[in-house]
Amino acid sequence: MPIKSLDELKKIRDEHMKKVELRETGQVEGDITEILVGMATCGIAAGARETLSAILDEIEAKGLKNVRVVQVGCMGYCHSEPTVQVNKPGQEPVLYGKIMGENIKELFDKHIQGNELLDDHILIKTFEKA
Amino acid sequence: MAKIRSHIMVCGGTGCVASRSEELIDALKSELVSVGYDQEIKVVKTGCFGFCGQGPIIKVHPDNVFYVKVMPEDAKEIVNEHIVKGRTIERLLFEDPEAKVKQDKHSQMNFYKKQYRIALRNCGTINPEDINEYIAFRGYEALGNVLTEMTPEDVILKVKQAGLRGRGGGGFPTGLKWELTYKEKNDEKYIICNADEGDPGAFMDRSILEGDPHSVIEAMAIGGYAIGANKGIIYIRAEYPLAIKRLEIAIGQARETGLIGDDIFGTGFDFDLDIRLGAGAFVCGEETALIHSVEGSRGEPTKKPPYPSVSGYKEKPTCVCNVETYANICPIILNGPEWFSSIGTEKSKGTKVFALAGKVNNVGLVEVPMGTTLREIIYDIGGGIFDDKEFKAVQTGGPSGGVITVADLDTPIDYESLKGIGSMMGSGGMIVMDEDDDMVKISKFYLEFTQEESCGKCTPCRVGTRRLFEMLEKITDGEATIDDLDNMEQLCYMIKDTALCGLGQTAPNPILSTLKYFNSEYMDYVTGKKKTKYSIDEDKCIGCTACVRKCPVDCISGEVKKPHVIDEEACIACGACYDVCKFDAVLKP
Repeated sequence: MPIKSLDELKKIRDEHMKKVELRETGQVEGDITEILVGMATCGIAAGARETLSAILDEIEAKGLKNVRVVQVGCMGYCHSEPTVQVNKPGQEPVLYGKIMGENIKELFDKHIQGNELLDDHILIKTFEKA
Repeated sequence: MAKIRSHIMVCGGTGCVASRSEELIDALKSELVSVGYDQEIKVVKTGCFGFCGQGPIIKVHPDNVFYVKVMPEDAKEIVNEHIVKGRTIERLLFEDPEAKVKQDKHSQMNFYKKQYRIALRNCGTINPEDINEYIAFRGYEALGNVLTEMTPEDVILKVKQAGLRGRGGGGFPTGLKWELTYKEKNDEKYIICNADEGDPGAFMDRSILEGDPHSVIEAMAIGGYAIGANKGIIYIRAEYPLAIKRLEIAIGQARETGLIGDDIFGTGFDFDLDIRLGAGAFVCGEETALIHSVEGSRGEPTKKPPYPSVSGYKEKPTCVCNVETYANICPIILNGPEWFSSIGTEKSKGTKVFALAGKVNNVGLVEVPMGTTLREIIYDIGGGIFDDKEFKAVQTGGPSGGVITVADLDTPIDYESLKGIGSMMGSGGMIVMDEDDDMVKISKFYLEFTQEESCGKCTPCRVGTRRLFEMLEKITDGEATIDDLDNMEQLCYMIKDTALCGLGQTAPNPILSTLKYFNSEYMDYVTGKKKTKYSIDEDKCIGCTACVRKCPVDCISGEVKKPHVIDEEACIACGACYDVCKFDAVLKP
């Protein structure tokens, strides 16, 4: 559907704003958790593709309905790839580094289903990513 | 001593010092003494907050309150009101120029929230394969505003006022480049994006295209409108398959939604984009060579003038800008040129993305305001040198740049200052080296690269870089004399003066700067002081034979339980014996 005016653009923005609000402010309707996986060349080389598919498998195996996985670009922390960010409603986003293999299950058991953080893997925990 | 419960951070950057921050520090300290709080409140002088336009700046921890334009006369009020009574002082808070709201946390300020990440603002936050997520973060609003409310002159003026300079390395003012192309009368013009990132170790353009492809597409459409081009070309190296894939998806989505194509936003402006793949030749980063490559000819530079703005692609007026330059355009349109020019130094505005690599703990992609010092990047952001080794030098500007030593670590980075210390901004590769790195071999590495990448069109570059490389080989083989060093230096200047394009003119830079700062290392080679092969300490070797079994060229001999020897003629200096020895008996060259 072509966008023919600024107003139409704004309408689309407002619709999708709700989806990304979680990343900016932690404000979101309903109970949805977002998992951002850094899928740039550096991440993929370090195994982000395997991490991503393991995360998807885990969601399927556990039958989680309120988790959304988003592929994003380089987050800048190339030294700790693969990087995974977990955004939960009302909480500051947590960016983890070196998430692969066994850690993925731990990430689900502890952080996503429980509310415990994986202290050893935290890179930053803030809204102001810079 | 009482426990310190709060810190008052006062900016001690040059900008704030000039606006009396040192006096402010003294005033704060004496006010604290007079209220008897000097044992529990500490006044800290910090580096530049990067917000010099509002200086002097202070920040109170742990409340995280941020005051701007604080004068020494304000010290009393800050101590009495904020420190003693815990009340925030309204009048010293920063007021958002757009929203007119006072902000007490620096994290609320757009300036700080975004200052580090202008070009990388969406990387790692949005899904690059979903145009709607880009739109949600104000995507295509700048294009909409430009097309419906602004004339091409307005756009060019804004970019000029912002002070944006080319991020590919040269630092040519982008607004001026657009204006020159705009002024050419021709019904066919082109706008090109240079995504031929060639410096070894640099990957910021790739990251932008992989993480936020729409930001480049939108900016190219804006640029096209400004200069009068309806056709854009993205020239990208074929070695970046993921970036190409995401660009293709992004262009497809932008076409579907009508954000590029015919009659954009119903304004009658048409713009479309094409991707051209390059074979990854370093010289194709030079704009004339790039244009020839896009045309399907050999990627060789031609002399300027005529500049591409007069006669470029298909001999039509053409504007070539770098990926990162485009990534800065939309924020400038949306937030205004004043916002952009408030960041950075006097002559270099905005931020720069650096690919931090080498012997540093946190290798990664960093975006910092111009004027940040190398020390801040390497130690604060990069987390210091790997393995706690000693810092030796940092290489910026790739094969065209030079090394920067510890003496210049506190230089604020901008285009001019880096040139002044014998290096250059380049596209933003930053390679950190530690005490173990051999500077002669590093310049040899770069020369090997440039002599390979020389297109061969002009003799100084084709033959000269090859000769330089051979001279460096002679030096590292231990066969050179002092005369060779002099000849090499002379040849460097000759190439610089006579080569046709930037590749040749800058190729000798790695040699010249290492000759200047690490002359002793060259001398060690020339005078034979430099050992190039491994050897064994007879007193420490117990004859365990571990090294004998590891040596790939079988140059270690000796009886079991007796000291061994290395045949220096045959040794290839691989270091395998050094790594395997448990008794520290193997000596490094």
